[in-house]
Amino acid sequence: MRVTLTVNGRRHQADDVWEGESLLYVLRERLGLPGSKNACEQGECGSCTVRLDDVPVCSCLVAAGQAQDRDVVTVEGLADPGTGLAPVQQAFLDAGAVQCGFCTPGLLVATDDLLRHCPQPTDADIREALSGNLCRCTGYEKILDAVRLAAARSGETAGER
Amino acid sequence: MREFAYQRAGDVAGAVAAFAAAPGARYLGGGTNLVDLMKSGVESPERLIDVRGLGLDAVEEDADGGLRIGATVTNSDLAAHPGVRRRYPALAQAVLAGASGQLRNAATVGGNLLQRVRCGYFTDVTLPCNRRVPGSGCPAVDGEHHNHAVLGWSEHCVAVHPSDLGVALAAFDAVVSYETGAGPGELAYAALYPPVGDTPHRETSLPPGALITAVSLPAAPVAARSRYRKVRERASYAFATASVAAALEVRDGVVHDVRLAFGAVASRPWRAHAAERALTGAPATARAFGAAADAELAAARPLPHNGYKVPLLRNLMVSVLTELAEEAAR
Ligand SMILES: Cc1cc2nc3c(=O)[nH]c(=O)nc-3n(C[C@H](O)[C@H](O)[C@H](O)COP(=O)(O)OP(=O)(O)OC[C@H]3O[C@@H](n4cnc5c(N)ncnc54)[C@H](O)[C@@H]3O)c2cc1C
Ligand code: SF4
Ligand code: FES
Ligand code: FES
Repeated sequence: MRVTLTVNGRRHQADDVWEGESLLYVLRERLGLPGSKNACEQGECGSCTVRLDDVPVCSCLVAAGQAQDRDVVTVEGLADPGTGLAPVQQAFLDAGAVQCGFCTPGLLVATDDLLRHCPQPTDADIREALSGNLCRCTGYEKILDAVRLAAARSGETAGER
Repeated sequence: MREFAYQRAGDVAGAVAAFAAAPGARYLGGGTNLVDLMKSGVESPERLIDVRGLGLDAVEEDADGGLRIGATVTNSDLAAHPGVRRRYPALAQAVLAGASGQLRNAATVGGNLLQRVRCGYFTDVTLPCNRRVPGSGCPAVDGEHHNHAVLGWSEHCVAVHPSDLGVALAAFDAVVSYETGAGPGELAYAALYPPVGDTPHRETSLPPGALITAVSLPAAPVAARSRYRKVRERASYAFATASVAAALEVRDGVVHDVRLAFGAVASRPWRAHAAERALTGAPATARAFGAAADAELAAARPLPHNGYKVPLLRNLMVSVLTELAEEAAR
């Protein structure tokens, strides 16, 4: 089957897609976007998180056909190529929230979504929003620091405006 | 995964007709359960009929205080709906207590109700399981069953229904609307899952090919003061080991109206009728709440490794009702 979808603002078409492929597989293997990671493949770890029609989902549990004509944003789409890393990406780096990095793309997409809806989250908000994303390395403390840092920086820029 | 066809249905009649024309078809909601089970080989449909585009994605508030929830409303949208939060707070809390944000964004109401059990033998196709392969046996009875049923089970299957949403629906007398080739129909949510008996593979009482179109909740003023509490092995993002949906109305220190349902303790969300009867007209005290829990749990038959669920459920019910009573007194 042919799947046509918008990814990070660009129309893409993939041909000869097998119905049993997931959106995650299509992104990684057919569209050359390996940022979204493939770990559990059963909705448990969040490393495959992408925005689908503006809400974060586990792309490993989206069948290829379900993505037809829909709008996807992956971790590759967070940064503006003109200005370098997105603020959440910079905050993860600065806070030391990246170790092996496997969970990072999913966490970035989830954090980006949290801060869009809730620019100044409480720790409880952060914990709940990221509870679908597992990390086996960091122990999560640095990740919480990174989200707080990203929120504080965006608060400062909002104040300057 | 086996070869299958994927199609999007444009309207309800088209979806039902497509299902009838394709033996071995399945409706597809968000796919968070079905796609997962197709990967592990538990499900091998020949055709997926995607129902997300059927226009069943609205929550309507009845003038009389009830709600009609479209079958493809996502779990996230349901939990965020102001009418749901105001009229049935326990329902919103139950949805938010389930899965993760990513999964709730994709999962639909219809799919949530028809999600399949989380028993580890059921999901491993190399092992016997009566629910998956009728007559093959139930290894959980003498095996790993610490999170299995204490109420209403049979020796043919001891799995619990995993839905959190369903526990609140059971407490508030929800009605399921469906469509078949022969026309529309309705079923009380309490009757959606037949007793396990010796047919655990018969998971619903819906007619074959039925498409769930909506779930309705009758007006229930008592539900405005309601709560869902879930106990699980970690603070978030895990299935329940036990849960309670409760609503309470107290007048002059006496229970005027009460709704109670338990989750993760039976093959369906368990409406606690015996406890409700014991409480109606009783004083709204922790002692009476405990006696009512005992009345309900007299029927409990724990398995060797899940006896903890009985006192857990009792304490959970007493503490939730006590909180609701204290809030009402304030
Ligand atoms: C990691 C993980 C953790 C989870 N934790 C929880 C939890 O804590 N609590 C909880 O309650 N749930 C939990 N879930 C389950 C989740 O809630 C369900 O997977 C989800 O609600 C299913 O909805 P869906 O739309 O994706 O269903 P689908 O996967 O699309 O479908 C499920 C079933 O319903 C049928 N179906 C779907 N729509 C209709 C319809 N309109 N009419 C007739 N049949 C239909 C399908 O044919 C299929 O058999 C978890 C899931 C995962 C993967
Ligand atoms: S408890 Fe039910 S689902 Fe689990 S193995 Fe037994 S029959 Fe299968
Ligand atoms: S790979 Fe999708 S949730 Fe783990
Ligand atoms: S940094 Fe390794 S899994 Fe999170």
